Amino acid sequence: MNDDVLELLFTGLGETLYMVLLSTLIALILGLPLGIILVATEKGNVLESPRINKVLGTIINVVRSFPSIILIVVLLPLARFIVGTTLGATAAIVPLSIGAAPFIARIIENSLKEVSFGKIEAAMAIGANPLTIITKVLIPEALPSLIRGLTIAVIGITGMTAVAGAIGAGGLGSLAIRFGYMRYRDDIMLATIVTLVILVQGVQFAGDYLATYINRKRYKFD
Amino acid sequence: MIRIQELSKMYITPSSKIVALENVNLQIQQGDIFGVIGFSGAGKSTLIRCLNRLEEPDSGKIMIAGQDITAMNKKELQLARRKIGMIFQQFNLLDAKTVFENVAFPLQVSNYPKKQIKSRVEEILDLVGLANKSKAYPLQLSGGQKQRVGIARALSNEPSVLLSDEATSALDPQTTYSILELLKDINQKLGLTIVLITHELDVLKHICNHMAVIEHGRIVETGVVEKFFLNPESDTAKRFISILQGFQEKRVYKEGEGI
Repeated sequence: MNDDVLELLFTGLGETLYMVLLSTLIALILGLPLGIILVATEKGNVLESPRINKVLGTIINVVRSFPSIILIVVLLPLARFIVGTTLGATAAIVPLSIGAAPFIARIIENSLKEVSFGKIEAAMAIGANPLTIITKVLIPEALPSLIRGLTIAVIGITGMTAVAGAIGAGGLGSLAIRFGYMRYRDDIMLATIVTLVILVQGVQFAGDYLATYINRKRYKFD
Repeated sequence: MIRIQELSKMYITPSSKIVALENVNLQIQQGDIFGVIGFSGAGKSTLIRCLNRLEEPDSGKIMIAGQDITAMNKKELQLARRKIGMIFQQFNLLDAKTVFENVAFPLQVSNYPKKQIKSRVEEILDLVGLANKSKAYPLQLSGGQKQRVGIARALSNEPSVLLSDEATSALDPQTTYSILELLKDINQKLGLTIVLITHELDVLKHICNHMAVIEHGRIVETGVVEKFFLNPESDTAKRFISILQGFQEKRVYKEGEGI
């Protein structure tokens, strides 16, 4: 193993974490309202509106149909418009966020749908308005499941950053392609993979821990 | 007082139309415990859910405490629902909230004075006999305790009416009995009107003053509860009574003693 490996690895890991954190955050800001709207506008739900539901569902499906590498390329002009360049980690955050938002919206939709409708009806029956039902019933009731879903999303986004890395975004993915693959640096390839494995394990462990912690609090017997 | 006039409701499925309620007329007096009994699918659940419009009736009029529920827009309905308590067969408690928070929830929704929420919740938990469980979560409670929380939640904002949608159907007989006693107690203490639907004769016998029998979406018999047992007129009532009697006769035949 050469001396440059550690340095390259740290820079790559830094870029990857930067992309994953910021993309997840922005995707969540975009995707959370979308997921909530998807559930709330369903037939019989608090803000029933089949048309909005259908339009939104279709848009989400269209964006999700793009393979991530194509979506990133297609959205590069937008990245240039927003951050002024198509290269580097910051530029990659634009397509990554937009690509991950519909994914997160679907995950959130699934989690929220697990909340039994009786609980929503009970809240309706006490005269709660739709906003209260969403913030005080739907989200807290679905919280453990939402956290598990977000764990899946973060890991998915980590994978997407590697794809973005292949076309100039930097990060661990870029390292593996440019050094590990193109320059036959097996040591770098191996180090990248090990780092990614540890990263993903860490995210999964943290998500599981948090979800279990919340569930345990609710189930605990004195 | 609750007055239901010409209430109708139909479910339209791709293959057929199902009449859930057809020209239902009922009057329920203030402070009464009124039971609606019927077999599964007779429309009793639809009827009680129309009273607070969890189910939208197709036509007809519902008056509760002088207010026309059916004429209300969404905002008005939200306000009216705050004074109509409801309890459910599956309890529908919020698992993310403690017993205290569940009971406090309707108060927060109704903008109850913040400083008084704590004392009000404690008062009502005391009434349902769960004062020591306020910090527990619903998943830590037994079925009977859960329904007590449901009742406390329904009563916390001092409603004028309590709707009970098969509230004891998921409970064992002993727990059912204790919940019924609680409802009776609340009815007497608070003068609360209780409308309950059930398919259990015991419930009707035990706490109701007046009753209605529902059959294929139509009210076929109303009156005081004694009439149901002494002089059943409708098919449903006769069948309920004959099932009970048939069962008793079998027992006499098999074991030589009545129950």
